[in-house]
Amino acid sequence: MHEKTIAELALGLKNKEYSSQELTQAFLSRVKTLNPDLNAFITVTEESALAAAEGADAALARGEAGPLTGIPIAQKDIFCTKGVRSSCGSKMLDNFISPYDATVVERFNQAGTVMLGKLNMDEFAMGSSNETSFYGPVKNPWDTGTVPGGSSGGSASAVAARLVPGATGTDTGGSIRQPAAFCGITGLKPTYGLVSRWGMIAFASSLDQAGPMARTAEDCALMLQAMAGFDPRDSTSVDQPVPDYSATLGQPLEGLRIGLPREFFGEGLDSEIARLIHEAVDEYRKLGATVKDISLPNMHLSGPAYYVVAPAECSSNLARLDGVRYGYRCAEPKDLKDLYMRSRGEGFGAEVKRRILIGTYALSAGYYDAYYLKAQKIRRLISEDFKRAYQEVDVIMGPTSPSVAFRFGEKSADPIAMYLSDIYTIAVNLAGLPGMSIPVGFSGKLPVGMQIIGNYFSEAQLLNVAHRYQQVTDWHRRSPSL
Amino acid sequence: MQWETVIGLEIHAQLATKSKIFSGASTAYGAEPNTQACAIDLGLPGVLPVLNQEAVRMAVKFGLAIGATVTPRSVFARKNYFYPDLPKGYQISQYDLPVVGNGQTTISVDGEEKVVGITRAHLEEDAGKSLHEDFHGFSGIDLNRAGTPLLEIVSEPDMRSAKEAVAYMKKLHALVRYLEICDGNMQEGSFRCDANVSVRPKGQEKFGTRAEIKNLNSFRFVEKAINYEVERQIEILESGGQVIQETRLYDSVKDETRSMRSKEEANDYRYFPDPDLLPLEIGPDFIEHVRKDLPELPDVKRDRFKSKYGLNDYDAEVLTATRELATYFEAVVKAAGCDAKLCANWVMGDLAAALNKAGLEIEQSPVQPDRLAGLVQRIADDTISGKIAKQVFEALWESGETADAIIEHQGLKQITDTGAIEAIIDEIIAANPDQVAGYKSGKDKLFGFFVGQAMKATGGKANPAQLNDLLKKKLQ
Repeated sequence: MHEKTIAELALGLKNKEYSSQELTQAFLSRVKTLNPDLNAFITVTEESALAAAEGADAALARGEAGPLTGIPIAQKDIFCTKGVRSSCGSKMLDNFISPYDATVVERFNQAGTVMLGKLNMDEFAMGSSNETSFYGPVKNPWDTGTVPGGSSGGSASAVAARLVPGATGTDTGGSIRQPAAFCGITGLKPTYGLVSRWGMIAFASSLDQAGPMARTAEDCALMLQAMAGFDPRDSTSVDQPVPDYSATLGQPLEGLRIGLPREFFGEGLDSEIARLIHEAVDEYRKLGATVKDISLPNMHLSGPAYYVVAPAECSSNLARLDGVRYGYRCAEPKDLKDLYMRSRGEGFGAEVKRRILIGTYALSAGYYDAYYLKAQKIRRLISEDFKRAYQEVDVIMGPTSPSVAFRFGEKSADPIAMYLSDIYTIAVNLAGLPGMSIPVGFSGKLPVGMQIIGNYFSEAQLLNVAHRYQQVTDWHRRSPSL
Repeated sequence: MQWETVIGLEIHAQLATKSKIFSGASTAYGAEPNTQACAIDLGLPGVLPVLNQEAVRMAVKFGLAIGATVTPRSVFARKNYFYPDLPKGYQISQYDLPVVGNGQTTISVDGEEKVVGITRAHLEEDAGKSLHEDFHGFSGIDLNRAGTPLLEIVSEPDMRSAKEAVAYMKKLHALVRYLEICDGNMQEGSFRCDANVSVRPKGQEKFGTRAEIKNLNSFRFVEKAINYEVERQIEILESGGQVIQETRLYDSVKDETRSMRSKEEANDYRYFPDPDLLPLEIGPDFIEHVRKDLPELPDVKRDRFKSKYGLNDYDAEVLTATRELATYFEAVVKAAGCDAKLCANWVMGDLAAALNKAGLEIEQSPVQPDRLAGLVQRIADDTISGKIAKQVFEALWESGETADAIIEHQGLKQITDTGAIEAIIDEIIAANPDQVAGYKSGKDKLFGFFVGQAMKATGGKANPAQLNDLLKKKLQ
């Protein structure tokens, strides 16, 4: 049962092959068996999951089921879930039980899904390997000696290990796409503003975007349908109609114009990955697409710009975690300053502190123009690069990450090496564009992901492009032996 | 040396919206601590601000009233600092692109008019309150006020005395209440200011080093704090010292200002545009819509009172000090249909005194405009004298009756019948031959004696002018 996709499970539920409660039990028992080793879940919500499944079965019996009714999913622990610990992977929020639901959580609940629990992640989504989590690293089910990627590492690992058929992720600089690539699953980071950020604990507000992580593009379409849409509680959410993402799956790709940016295939890219990307692109040629070399000349500036903007915003976003109203508070503070300093000093991990320091510095008087303002200018340049590219091509393809999953500890001592893991993904966040990662083969026993980048609000097209490939390949069907 | 004082004010006016600037929580004053703070005001993880349109409308209204430019695209920025009553660790404010820019207002001090420039006005959220009493060894935090909308109005350094600063603050206080964008309650902190004060040798162009006095919440404190600060700075300079740039607090009990923090200790607020809020775009349609909603402004009303009702500067100024008083006055004039000056005297005189004594606002007056108008009419048509009128006013205050009914059943009508007055005069002359002789021999002062006797005999109801005329005739 756990090998089935969301679409297949939904069909089974409709045909009464099994109930949502049976499905939920089956996945929960898999979680119980495999999670102690993988560490993908921070919190398992067994009781409320079974209650939700019972409700879903009643809805199914009444014939009131939607496409996701009764489907087990899990939420990245960055989303606030009412009555459930919402830790964001940090000691700082280890004791934080949210009094409210994030919009994404609310919408999945309304869609009738069954939440199995909350998924592990890099602390406050800052990391590319899931090694910064207060709850310990998550393992990659393809090789438990390697990282699952990050920051949505728990989501990617859980889906890849078939602990859950679909999970939510968030992506600030590649945090959906890179772990999807490392774990051989399909992940979509939507256009900035498509999915509400209400209740999603902010890392870098102008870059953060939630999206689905599942086995197939078809499942991502089903999940995105539930997540997307205007939310009056988020001023940056976009008020426009949401298309039916499943309806356009399977459309032919004849005439699709694919752009391959030369900046994505230069130095630093693993040659095996490059080979597999070109093979996947050949597959698209067979499907009728044309391929063109393009250039995104300011790509090399995306790293420096990102590592100013994201830390700057996070230094401000994380200021509310001061030990005064909720979250971690140090023992016996001497005075107010001591309370602030020790609560934050003891509550935050090293990577979070590093970014708060970088961001505080970048916003300081005398440095603002040289760093923050310049980074904003670079963002515009990068957006313009993409805009120019989309006059010639429909989608852009390239590697998701320069390497496959690396070993624990391999890069955690060298922040720059770690940051380079997101070198192909962060430009997409800086421009606010949608991007996907789909599995396109293996290097050794580790999966390789290909990134597909679309124009603004072209999620339907992106999902179709990914789906057509998955109709003629079976990389996404491979599962790790556990 | 002659010194010149230079003052600029930053006024914080709490906008009279029902809900907060970025959340739906109520802004009502005086609730139990932390009962009017929602998840957004508490700064819980994951919450986001959504701008209250009503606060924008009020800011634009203010901008139009001071002839300022309304910025078509203004930006909210985060002002970052740690304080326990600032839940998010930053205040959402506006920095380099405020919603209102560059306006002015005219103040009048000792009969001299002066234009004060207003550099800008921007929208921001208020912080919560730290309560230091009642918590032994601790501080209490009340976040009810957190997120309350404020309009910060920054003046140019155009004022040259504490008196001018107070006049400016009063002017804006009246204006925001006219516009109904702020309740002006200074005790509750709805209208307060920071004063930037410096001195320089008279004739010098360059400004002296300034000190900022924080959180002045009464006109009296503004005046006293500035005067103290000016003296302090002059003393330092005259004894060869230097004023340091710093933030100071005014202690109203000791009547002095004290250093709070120096420039070196000042926070680096690390302002940057708030990524949770889109730039605030205000189109010409919105501005026109607000303009249509503007009431008659105090200066325009004052000039109209002078030209339409023939009032002098002082009367017009007093009667337009608040919108409520002006409305009351105009209702009296309209109902009386006569002598606006007489109406003005009664509103500013006996009525104002009675209200003041009873501690009531004009809109709470037990004497409604139409009843006061009834009294004024009877004075104007000589039914009662000014003196009797005071008696009638007291009855108006105490009862709900009309002036006519009071005059009628208390028998206060003036005696204007020449024959009746003459008969009384004849009796007095007959009864007081000595005084008549004395008056005729040149003791003019005795005239008052006869008036007094006649008033006594008529219970004060004889028409004074007629009585004078007839007495003079009879005593010749």
